[in-house]
Amino acid sequence: MASVTLTELAKQYPNGVRGVDGVDLEIGDGEFFALLGPSGCGKTTLLRTLAGLETATEGRIDIGDRDVTTVPPGERDVAMVFQDYALFPHMTVSDNVAYPLRIQKVGKDERSRRALETARGLSLGALMERRPAQLSGGQQQRVALARAIACHPQVFLFDEPLSNLDARLRLEARTFLKQLQRSLGVTTVFVTHDQAEALAMADRMAVMDSGRIRQVGTPREVFQRPANTFVANFIGATPMNLLDAQVVRGQLDFGGFTLPVPESATGVAEGDKVVYGVRPEYMGCAAGPVDGAVRGEVRAVENLGVNVLVTVDAGEQSLRAVVPEADEPDLGDTAYLSPAPGRVLLYRADGDGELISA
Amino acid sequence: MTTVQAPSTRSAGAVLGLVAGRTAAYAGVCVLVVFFALPLLWLVLTPFSPTPSYRATLSGFTLDNFDNLLSNPQTWPSIRNSLYLATGSSVLVITLAALAAYALSRVRIPGRDQLLYALLLLSSIVTGTAAMVPIFLMLFQLGLIDRQVGVVLVLSGGLLPAAVFMLKDFVDSIPRSYEESARVFGASPSQILRHIVLPVIRPGMATVGVWALVQVWGNFLVPYVLLSNPSKQPAAVVMYTFYDAGGQPNFALISTFALVYSIPVVVLYLFVNRRYGFAFQGGIKG
Repeated sequence: MASVTLTELAKQYPNGVRGVDGVDLEIGDGEFFALLGPSGCGKTTLLRTLAGLETATEGRIDIGDRDVTTVPPGERDVAMVFQDYALFPHMTVSDNVAYPLRIQKVGKDERSRRALETARGLSLGALMERRPAQLSGGQQQRVALARAIACHPQVFLFDEPLSNLDARLRLEARTFLKQLQRSLGVTTVFVTHDQAEALAMADRMAVMDSGRIRQVGTPREVFQRPANTFVANFIGATPMNLLDAQVVRGQLDFGGFTLPVPESATGVAEGDKVVYGVRPEYMGCAAGPVDGAVRGEVRAVENLGVNVLVTVDAGEQSLRAVVPEADEPDLGDTAYLSPAPGRVLLYRADGDGELISA
Repeated sequence: MTTVQAPSTRSAGAVLGLVAGRTAAYAGVCVLVVFFALPLLWLVLTPFSPTPSYRATLSGFTLDNFDNLLSNPQTWPSIRNSLYLATGSSVLVITLAALAAYALSRVRIPGRDQLLYALLLLSSIVTGTAAMVPIFLMLFQLGLIDRQVGVVLVLSGGLLPAAVFMLKDFVDSIPRSYEESARVFGASPSQILRHIVLPVIRPGMATVGVWALVQVWGNFLVPYVLLSNPSKQPAAVVMYTFYDAGGQPNFALISTFALVYSIPVVVLYLFVNRRYGFAFQGGIKG
């Protein structure tokens, strides 16, 4: 078991594209860490560089207190689970799980004994003589996990571990994976493009875009206080309300209505252009006038099950709120939307859209 | 009803035309079938005929021809030579083609596909008539004339490009994640090749192996030119010598030998087909 430290890590491809562009990251011992980002953001490249399948062009990687930047993949003491699981089709489950031990020159009896022991822990004991093609998707995933566990690595690397499972199985596998990681206590880095997956499983997570890390934090921090508009937009089941505004006479002018500047944002000056962010979940919606609320007309009502997503047009802006099903307004109704106190975030309208805080 | 009958009466002529067309087509197919089936029928019937000739006839049954063949001093040595040449070339082709296909599939070199296509085109010349004189001269200088190794090398060289081409398709279809996964577990390139790549492309290797074997088994020209000592010649060449003193073909020997000669290939084909099934996964890519 070990921590992982990345220092100014970069991976530049021969065609000049920088897949990973100056990443500094510290992943604690035993931590379940998510790399989250849209496709093509460099998260898989970062994971592959960590595994040694890609060589870093700049910076260094430490696993524990060992510099592994130029160490070949087999000697880094990491195990990787691939998106397609990469189970060898000509080998039985037993041989697949025992493969890392075969490379380590463990005797035949010893390795099938250890493979069976590991596989039993993942309730694969009855499937040892099957071939991968005779297993369901969930079973294949567990075999891939068992194979990774069997070689007792210091770090697990999971590339989109849940993306090949169907929706219902994915939820089960998510819980299973989180429990498994906790019980093994092995440092784990996993890549995902699904923000819900990252929020649900990770102890900490990094949100990536264009090869750079845009925010690192616990899922709660990232969800409640996104560090910039990119993260704000990316995280959350329903996208955050991000409204353009300007500070006019100590108020936020949205062109048609005004709202007070939130107390947390003391760093704004008169005339600043800002982006006003508040999650739909933190928006109250009332049928009658409320102090400090935005008045608008209901344009769309989308059923989310327990809740309803209401889209309201106010002035030139369009706002969304998640309201309980009991309070569902009708189309065309007048609604008063009020952001929950302390849940409003202000971002700079220029540059990287950084969070403005005290 | 009238609306249904009207088109049927109108198309009576068309139906007649259709029937005539079909009849002509079937007649054509029958002629073709006879054309291809007759030699096979001859091959199966003549060895058991007491009066073998160039005609396929059912004139009694005898095994004398087989006695005749077995007592011929050239029969067994020539079949053994054929086996030696065919298995030698087949093993050499599979080994080299598997290594080359893996390398060509995984390593990016500029002009790789052009190289493969050029080799494929040129290979048909190597084992063909056109290059026989230079090949003879080359082997003469290397001291490989009248040696079976020489024949194995020439035939393997001619078969390799096509074999590499076929096997590369199989290797291309292996996901890279298999190899990457093994690499992360610490497998060396040779372990990856032995543990993963070769077992996964085994059906492809079987296909290519049988194909190479059949090609060499049936090749007449190369061993005929390169081997002068009758004791080293394979069955395909020896069969050519079964003429009597008057220059008349000895149908008894030729037909019986032809049957014996074709059996190993058929058996091998059935065996490999049962074990692996012949399959070309990717086909030829444009």
